[in-house]
Amino acid sequence: MSQLDFSVVFDNLPYLWQGLRFSLLLTAVAFAAGMVLGTGLALLQHLEVPVGAQLARGYVALIRSIPLILVLFWFFFLVPLMLGALMNGGRPMPIGGVWTAFITFSLFEAAYYSEIIRVGLRSVSKGQYEAAQALSLSTYKTYRFVILPQVVRVTSPIILNQTIILFQDTSLVYVLSLTDLVGAASKLAQLNGRLVEMYLAVAAVYLVICCTASQLVAYLRRRTQLNQNR
Amino acid sequence: MNMHLPTPRLAGPAQAEPAIVLEGVTKFYGGFRALNHVDLEVARGETVIICGPSGSGKSTLIRCLNRIETHDRGRIVVNGHELTDALKDIAAVRREVGMVFQSFNLFPHLTILENCMLAPVQARGISRREARETAMHFLSKVRIPDQAGKYPGQLSGGQQQRVAIARALCMRPQVMLFDEPTSALDPEMVKEVLDTMVGLAGEGMTMVCVTHEMGFAREVADRVVFMDKGAVVEQDTPERFFSAPASERAREFLRQVIH
Amino acid sequence: MFTVLFDQGSDGRMYGVWLLSGLGWTLSLAFFGWWLAFAIGLVVGIGRTVENRTIAILSRVYVEVFRNIPVLVQMFLWYFVVPELLPASLGTWIKQMPPPWGAFFPALVCLSFYTAARVAEQVRAGLEALPAGQREAAAALGLTERRTYWLVLVPQALRLIVPSLTSEVMGIYKNTSVALTIGLLELTAEARQISEETFQTFAAFGAATIIYLMLALAAYQLMSWIDERARIPGTAPPARRKSLRLLARRLPEGASP
Repeated sequence: MSQLDFSVVFDNLPYLWQGLRFSLLLTAVAFAAGMVLGTGLALLQHLEVPVGAQLARGYVALIRSIPLILVLFWFFFLVPLMLGALMNGGRPMPIGGVWTAFITFSLFEAAYYSEIIRVGLRSVSKGQYEAAQALSLSTYKTYRFVILPQVVRVTSPIILNQTIILFQDTSLVYVLSLTDLVGAASKLAQLNGRLVEMYLAVAAVYLVICCTASQLVAYLRRRTQLNQNR
Repeated sequence: MNMHLPTPRLAGPAQAEPAIVLEGVTKFYGGFRALNHVDLEVARGETVIICGPSGSGKSTLIRCLNRIETHDRGRIVVNGHELTDALKDIAAVRREVGMVFQSFNLFPHLTILENCMLAPVQARGISRREARETAMHFLSKVRIPDQAGKYPGQLSGGQQQRVAIARALCMRPQVMLFDEPTSALDPEMVKEVLDTMVGLAGEGMTMVCVTHEMGFAREVADRVVFMDKGAVVEQDTPERFFSAPASERAREFLRQVIH
Repeated sequence: MFTVLFDQGSDGRMYGVWLLSGLGWTLSLAFFGWWLAFAIGLVVGIGRTVENRTIAILSRVYVEVFRNIPVLVQMFLWYFVVPELLPASLGTWIKQMPPPWGAFFPALVCLSFYTAARVAEQVRAGLEALPAGQREAAAALGLTERRTYWLVLVPQALRLIVPSLTSEVMGIYKNTSVALTIGLLELTAEARQISEETFQTFAAFGAATIIYLMLALAAYQLMSWIDERARIPGTAPPARRKSLRLLARRLPEGASP
């Protein structure tokens, strides 16, 4: 075994930083889009919208049953076909790995967020809906001002934990040969043969980011619990 | 619509027309007959107390009056609007009917003041400034204006229920429904809530109240309605109901609640 | 649509057999990985709740490390890095393992250790959910700490967490697909190979998806059955338990790939 030499990591910091930036961007986009879509999917089920509720349920069950890598492969194959059918007169529109990643992670995370939000919706007591009804608030305003703010409060630690998992999952864009943090490291590792140092460094970066984030979430959870007991 | 009157309106445009009319109202939960041919009229300004053993349908009845529960047969007319599936704007009826729940149902994420302002602003469309004034007016009336900035979880049960009353009054309702408003309270807090309700009845608010507080019923009720097994068994003035109930079931019930 | 599965692949076997072979690796990884993960997770989870500070801290460190590094990176660590850090002879021996095993064992270790961290958190949550009176009653009866755990606390905690372990079981079988990155030809990898050889992407991925769906269903049914069987008579009525179960299964949602 040769001596460990981490200089190869420090020499390539800009490239690794570029990779990490992509990981973070992908996380942010998938979080934002996933939350919006996930809330929609949860509301479709919660309000028992005809047809929509069944479709949402089926979609969530399907997505949650298959591995993310397979979903990535599916979308890499399907999205160009669908876009082609919609906008290109049936000829596939190749969109590349980056767009595939954005779309896949948004749609994939939507299923996971929607489950959290759905349970959050159920945790709000029936009396809250009744009180809003009795005060003659419309369905939209009931959800907008009374129900969803409470759901956000109850579920935010779980949503944030799921987002930490999402951040870790973005590393799987490796299978699309994208240059996220892992992708950047593996390309460098193959170039200079320093796999050990590269992967140890990447592990350390993820460990620090995710540990810090989960400590923050734990702190937040304790604080909101305190607030509720005031 | 007289929605900007400074004090709650005591009577609607047609003074003679009753505030609430029920004719043959029947409701099923699956095969269980929760309400069985209920006929009832509540006049404007009247305070009606509904009592009866648990499971007698009194809560179901009061919850049908603002259509939080739907009835299956018969007619319900509230403030001149008949409550049916065809009724397009149930919100319009609910704006005129306030409700106070057993479990308060304050919105835990909003301050006391925000609880009182939400519906007037969002459902009545009045300005935030005016809603704030109205809210402070009614919070003073239930004697907790100093708690306006706190959250429901920081208040005692009795205070929360008084906020719930103020919140309903902020919509300037013409009818107030109370669904066992003191049942979830510790004994020492019952009185402060009942006192608030006594005051309200004294001002001529139309009130329908489900309660087990027989002393309160005796004091404020214009009429006591006794229900059992989903039906109205008898209704009378409190004097007559408490001194000489007509039915054996009412006598049995009174023996159990007053000892 | 699935007729391609009966065509002969480049190695003379039918494509359907490719998929079945991939399914075999997926199932072996998930099955053996789960039991290892369960064993390690049980020990670490208990470790987090014991009086002994050293054990509690070590258990905490284990959980934080294995929970906060992406499973893909852990896969690379076990496959590329660990053999290099071990003494040369051992490292070489690992690297020279014949093909499927050289990827299978690192993947097995990786998934076990990763899933164990998640199981440990569930076990800890289960133990902490028990009323303090249980521990006190056991102590009052003169049981040692070890016996208190094995005879009183663990049997109850495990019953409590069966629902949330379901999501970890589903997590580990989905995570087996990450092993394709170190060259294990499990189900997803075989599906991709078929797609690349035949260009019948729809059929290849479709078949794999259906198999994964059936696995999810089987895992869910199995865990529900265990939950029924393990229930202590006289605890919570079925209806309420069901809603609790849904809540518990969904809320601490974990591994997603």
